[in-house]
Amino acid sequence: MTRAEAHAAILAKFPDAIVRDGREGKEAGDPYLVVKAERLHDVVKWMKEDPGMRFEVLQCLSGVDYGKDLASVYHLDSWTNKVTVCLRVELPREKPEVASITDLYGAADWHEREAYDLLGITYTGHPKLVRILCAEDWVGYPLRKDYVFPKEYHGIKNDL
Amino acid sequence: MTGPAGSLPLSTGRGSREATAIVYQELLNPHHAQTYTGRAYWGLFPFAALFVPVLTAGLFVAWEAVVHLTGLTRTTGEFWSVARPLLLGLGWVHVILIFITIFSMYAVWMERKVSAHMQCRTGPMEVGRIQGSIFLWKRFNFRLWPKSWSPHGWLQTLADGLKLMAKEDLIPKDADRWIFILAPIVAFTGVFISFLVIPFHGVLSSFIPADLDTGVFFFAAVTSIEAIGVIMAGWASNNKWALFGAMRAATQVVSYELPIGLAFLTAVVAAGSLRVSDIVAAQGPDYGMLAWFVFRSPFLLLAFVIYFISSLAECKRAPFDLPEAESELISGFHTEYSSMRFSIFFLAEYAAMYVVAAFAAVLFLGGWWTGIAPVDHFLADAAKSDGLLPRLAAVGIGVFAVVGKSMILVFFQMAARWTYPRARLDQVMYLCLKVFLPFGLLTLVGGTAWELWLEGGWPKALLG
Amino acid sequence: MSPELQSPPLAQPRAPGDVRTEEMLLNIGPQHPSTHGVFRVVVQTDGEIVLDSEPHIGYLHRCFEKIAESVDYLKVTPYTDRLDYLASMCNNLGYCLTVEKLMGLQIPRRATRLRMIVAELNRVASHLLAFGTYGMDSGAITPFLHAFRDREAILKLFEIICGQRLNYNYVRIGGLAEDAPPRWLDQVAAFVDFFEPKIDEYDALLSYNGIFIKRAANIGVLPAATAISWGCTGPVLRGSGVRRDIRKDEPYLEYDKVEFDVPIGRGEVGTLGDCWDRYMVRVREMREACKIVRQVLKDVPEGPVMAPEAKKVLRPPKGEVYYRIENPRGELGFYVVSDGKDKAVRIKCRSPAFCNLSVLREIAHGCMLADMIMIIGSIDFVMGEVDR
Repeated sequence: MTRAEAHAAILAKFPDAIVRDGREGKEAGDPYLVVKAERLHDVVKWMKEDPGMRFEVLQCLSGVDYGKDLASVYHLDSWTNKVTVCLRVELPREKPEVASITDLYGAADWHEREAYDLLGITYTGHPKLVRILCAEDWVGYPLRKDYVFPKEYHGIKNDL
Repeated sequence: MTGPAGSLPLSTGRGSREATAIVYQELLNPHHAQTYTGRAYWGLFPFAALFVPVLTAGLFVAWEAVVHLTGLTRTTGEFWSVARPLLLGLGWVHVILIFITIFSMYAVWMERKVSAHMQCRTGPMEVGRIQGSIFLWKRFNFRLWPKSWSPHGWLQTLADGLKLMAKEDLIPKDADRWIFILAPIVAFTGVFISFLVIPFHGVLSSFIPADLDTGVFFFAAVTSIEAIGVIMAGWASNNKWALFGAMRAATQVVSYELPIGLAFLTAVVAAGSLRVSDIVAAQGPDYGMLAWFVFRSPFLLLAFVIYFISSLAECKRAPFDLPEAESELISGFHTEYSSMRFSIFFLAEYAAMYVVAAFAAVLFLGGWWTGIAPVDHFLADAAKSDGLLPRLAAVGIGVFAVVGKSMILVFFQMAARWTYPRARLDQVMYLCLKVFLPFGLLTLVGGTAWELWLEGGWPKALLG
Repeated sequence: MSPELQSPPLAQPRAPGDVRTEEMLLNIGPQHPSTHGVFRVVVQTDGEIVLDSEPHIGYLHRCFEKIAESVDYLKVTPYTDRLDYLASMCNNLGYCLTVEKLMGLQIPRRATRLRMIVAELNRVASHLLAFGTYGMDSGAITPFLHAFRDREAILKLFEIICGQRLNYNYVRIGGLAEDAPPRWLDQVAAFVDFFEPKIDEYDALLSYNGIFIKRAANIGVLPAATAISWGCTGPVLRGSGVRRDIRKDEPYLEYDKVEFDVPIGRGEVGTLGDCWDRYMVRVREMREACKIVRQVLKDVPEGPVMAPEAKKVLRPPKGEVYYRIENPRGELGFYVVSDGKDKAVRIKCRSPAFCNLSVLREIAHGCMLADMIMIIGSIDFVMGEVDR
């Protein structure tokens, strides 16, 4: 299975869930699918469980701040069919919320906590969505573009 | 095949001398090239190993001479009947303390060197460097030793000890203060007392620290006092790691009393006495080494193996160092100890190492008998004689034999420590209760049957 | 292969009528001899039995991803050194290959071959450390120092080629920082000749030691399905019997032109996927790495080591790319989002140890405290990479 075939299969199954396909214009790099946030869980569940697709592995889950919107990017792997598919969920900056896929992939657990920690994306249904890399009482989401570094943390001065 | 850029052939073959030479000379520190093979300086060991036996023999000979020349053992009268045991006891305490100190210092150094040489290192090399030499013959530039000579870091332990003493003595705020302070003392005392029943030499008519007629039983009893000290330390530290260490020590040390006891009993049955000096006396002087208990019957050989492995567990040495397993429990029971209190634990550990090895030497390896029949006959005669010189010679040879044999066992304790991984608690217990205990019973029953069958041992039955 | 998320239930109910005991919370780390850095795991114990464990990470968080957004592409490479500081060459390589893919750069063949050599040597160095520290975790200190002697030679090789012993910054976008000195390839060949027989010594010293097998076999069994679901990769996954290696499945550099095996766990001395299998995969991978280095050494062409177009300020075209390589610890992926400027919008590092470590809670319950240390050791994580 090639990546294009995988994309076609997903588009055929969920025509309403996919916002747009592939690279826009002349972008370099990998193609990807943009999925509606409320349908993401269904799409991933189908991709994992459908005998023709078999995306067994959540390779990588990254939160991205594009400046205007946030996004949660999923790289799913099918080792059986030797194909990787990139799904992207665009989330509004004010209320970034998407369903958790920890019930499908154990790997999503820490990755979602990391995206929550660094970008403030809320994954509904996550069993324990708490900060993972930063301290528990840290304020703000460091990887957002509008993040301002605190001047002081528990008496530790930031003079830079 | 020639490399595109270099002048040498690229591959000289798997494990080839040329490849090894390039790696040692160009990629590793060429000054230590000898060390990387892991075989450097092993030749030094036979000489270095003589150090403790010779020194101890000197110590005991001096003490024997003092007692003999002052006539302390031959004095009579009401005053001396009270003063003699006190003076002798005081003297023995000092002799043993000096011995423990010398041995521990040497053993720590030896442990570091043994481990280093097993691990492709040199170990301590610098402390104790001697600058300047004595010219014997200026014309030929002949010196007693090189101008700047470091005898393999021989003073390293002294430096370590001084450092430990200079360190701050910390007692945790929430620790059980008195138990915390008492624990190392209890642990050390237990080991110290067990030295009393070890007969270092055969000149027993005059004295031995305490030649109890229940010596073996006494030894088995007091060596477990160290475990009490360890448990006290672990409990009083108010630290979870220390508590784990104490729990493990309690489980392990108490359980291994059983196979040790059975191994002891096998030797006791063979000698027909609980008195340690009687057990040694039964292993000579005829037939040389063949008279040693370890060669007396296959059951005693098995008992020796069981005892040696169990004694590693008893004194918490690897692969049974669970109570202080540093990769699991930080330092186990002595996590919170520092300064002198820590070094007393350290001292107790090394003293325990020696004392279990010495007891193995005494019970199974012929004690003060050298294993050379003429020498053994001389020892037997000298012990009975009244002359000063033969007695001193017998003391010296006997102490040398006991300490030398123990040092060999101590070396094997160290080699085991630096070779094996650590066993897990349930595996240690399995080994004790399901392997050593049945086999210990077998040695006891089999050893008894053997004694009934071949009364006096097989050398006597075979060689007459 | 149909993986399911079927983690066994954690804290097991106690049998009725059992002796009443009190459970204890034990805090392993962040300062502990066996946590390989500043990893902390809170363990709920019943005596020596571990009922549950809760890993805490983040003590070494250095905002790699934030920094990577604020410096230009070339300046990110030294920061990747600090991710998995035991395999810096591979980290450099992963990042550089990602950016090169985004830019469509062609790198000279000599650079490709040298990259393979340094990556495989670094794999050996990293596995040597894993081997040594695993021996230490099990209580045997001697294998560690033997491994360090050989690792020392590799570090010296790297010192010769790039002047650094730990953080190399040698693989650059577009090629390599410097060419190898003339004698270097011979020294590498000598090292491989020297090193291969040493692996037999390691097997004799530790791998097949009776006590070690007793300690490592049947402990921390990780079933293949669980490993796949939790995104485990590298030796941790292969120890569970899954033959998955990026070098074989999605070959990068010239790995498709060399012959090598992918060792997997076979459950030889215990259950498939136990600690011993994971450990043994690493030891066997060292042999394979030597095999690869030997083959690469046979053909290292002369020529430049830097693509000429890569020497300017880099401005990759707008787009995003995810690329991964086989790190000693697993699949190291970089997700780079570019908007056509000289700084990236986002550089996400999918570090293998991050995923491998997350499975700890699944496999560590019900074991003994000493096994916990063995399991932590068998995962072989580097906190620099987990916390980034």
